[in-house]
Amino acid sequence: MATLHTRSAARLMIAPSVLLLLAWMIVPLAMTIYFSFLRYNLLMPGMEEFAGFSNYSYFLTDPAFFQAIFNTLAIVLGVLFITVVGGIALALLLDQPMFGQGIVRILVIAPFLIMPTVAALVWKNMFMNPVNGLFAWVAKLFGLQPFDFLANAPLMSVILIVAWQWLPFATLILLTALQSLDEEQKEAAQMDGASAWSRFIYLTLPHLSRAITVVILIQTIFLLSVFAEILVTTNGGPGTQSTNLTFLVYAQALLQFDVGGASAGGIIAVILANIVAFFLMRMIGKTLEA
Amino acid sequence: MGNITLRNVSKVFGAHAVIPSIDLNINDGEFVVFVGPSGCGKSTLLRLIAGLEDVSDGEIVIDGKNATELPPAQRGLSMVFQSYALYPHMSVRSNIAFPLKMANEDKAAIDRKVSDAARVLNLTDYLDRKPRQLSGGQRQRVAIGRAIVRQPKAFLFDEPLSNLDAALRVNMRLEISQLHQDLKTTMVYVTHDQVEAMTMADKIVVLNRGRIEQVGSPLDLYHKPDNLFVAGFIGSPRMNFVSGAPAAAYQAHTMGIRPEHLLLSKESGTWSGTVGVAEHLGSDTFLHVNVDNIGTVTARVSGDFAVTHGDRVFLTPDAQRVHRFDDKGLAVR
Repeated sequence: MATLHTRSAARLMIAPSVLLLLAWMIVPLAMTIYFSFLRYNLLMPGMEEFAGFSNYSYFLTDPAFFQAIFNTLAIVLGVLFITVVGGIALALLLDQPMFGQGIVRILVIAPFLIMPTVAALVWKNMFMNPVNGLFAWVAKLFGLQPFDFLANAPLMSVILIVAWQWLPFATLILLTALQSLDEEQKEAAQMDGASAWSRFIYLTLPHLSRAITVVILIQTIFLLSVFAEILVTTNGGPGTQSTNLTFLVYAQALLQFDVGGASAGGIIAVILANIVAFFLMRMIGKTLEA
Repeated sequence: MGNITLRNVSKVFGAHAVIPSIDLNINDGEFVVFVGPSGCGKSTLLRLIAGLEDVSDGEIVIDGKNATELPPAQRGLSMVFQSYALYPHMSVRSNIAFPLKMANEDKAAIDRKVSDAARVLNLTDYLDRKPRQLSGGQRQRVAIGRAIVRQPKAFLFDEPLSNLDAALRVNMRLEISQLHQDLKTTMVYVTHDQVEAMTMADKIVVLNRGRIEQVGSPLDLYHKPDNLFVAGFIGSPRMNFVSGAPAAAYQAHTMGIRPEHLLLSKESGTWSGTVGVAEHLGSDTFLHVNVDNIGTVTARVSGDFAVTHGDRVFLTPDAQRVHRFDDKGLAVR
């Protein structure tokens, strides 16, 4: 079957896509690395000169950098926690037979289809606004002082908004996994005297483990680079309280016009993301092999 | 101990009565088989006993206590499912131990009971494997192991052998019968295979469209079927039914004669016909004979009887063994 001829023909066939992919990845990466070693400020065009590792040392010693790392991890872990726990709960509810099941399921998926900027704006102006927001109205209804979410708890507010957007994704994947759980297994557990809680712990959760792994892997990839929600709501502030790594790189490049420093930050972000990916695959990649 | 009584039990899905009304008594230690064609309600009946379905009307009494409203776990019954329903992420040991763990037994007792069950079922070497690493027969035994550790009042089997190949099925049939001899616990077994029913049962319940057609020992059903349905369902190859003039000779609307009760001859007999198909099994031969004015009749003869397609043969029904049925299909005795 796989003769020498067919193998070389196959190589020839896939060559264009491999070359395209290489160019797509390598060229931007190489340019970023190149810029990261230059003193390159947009306010001083034509003044580029080799700067060695100084861009890196400035970026790494910036106090905002550690805040950004912490915020990035807080967003990833916080959103993962909310979406996985909430997703399992919602999936369990949606799995129950009920009236209007189809419409309810579409409604649950809806947040995922809304653009991040739009979602963040809606949350910012219609829910969290301390004067006109729904939450403020509810607080006033009970005679309480409205809470200014974006000013007083900016990171938590961003986590809340992003979690709201990703909850449907987790719910959807977990729901399909839940529906593939064998009915006879549930009945067998029932005969074996397992309570609803034990059935959930010993039967449903292990069955969902693979789907949970998929949710964590995919969401981590996207959550490491949350940007639009921060830009629209808090602009990274107050101060740097809600600045994550992506936003810090953006600020460096387009607010301070320091392309060299931003490139160095970008490379650091790539390295950190790879470290996260490495540990993630080692920790939960095993579940996928089985 | 494990006697089960059903009184006026019925089950209705929507407007469709799957089981109109059933009365049945299962004695302690009995091996009872529910048999019938697919869709006859036998599995539903088993699930009603198990508590996995709610009865629409009537009551179920287990061990002298009304269990109609009890949840499955409190009925003291164990069930073996058609798909085995093993927990895929647990080892064989954890699978068998699961009901004990749910009953909060202490660890030493669980270990002892699991190893006892594993020894009885030849599973000792496989205790640390996962279900997917086992063959069909082994999985079946794990499912049985999970059922016996709880020492239930009765076992319920829902077509447990239908996923096994033919040779293994014969083996497991023997093992389950052997298990029943050893444990002497009530067993209720659902199957659509009349051979399984005949070989294993103390008492067979023949079901058709949610109704009990007849209850009796295997040989009772074989020798004295109450009606056409039971006569046709029990016995292999199935009984020949003849109506019209030949039946009238026996004062019956329909006469039934089993293939093994037809005497064959190449010289003379009551009926004559030509051999259509001859199925040679070695010990026996099943002949499908096109009898003149009657139609196809199946006959079972010794393997030595040398005939082939197209041969002319004569058949004589054994008058003692002819079953007579009236125009409603009920037996005339």
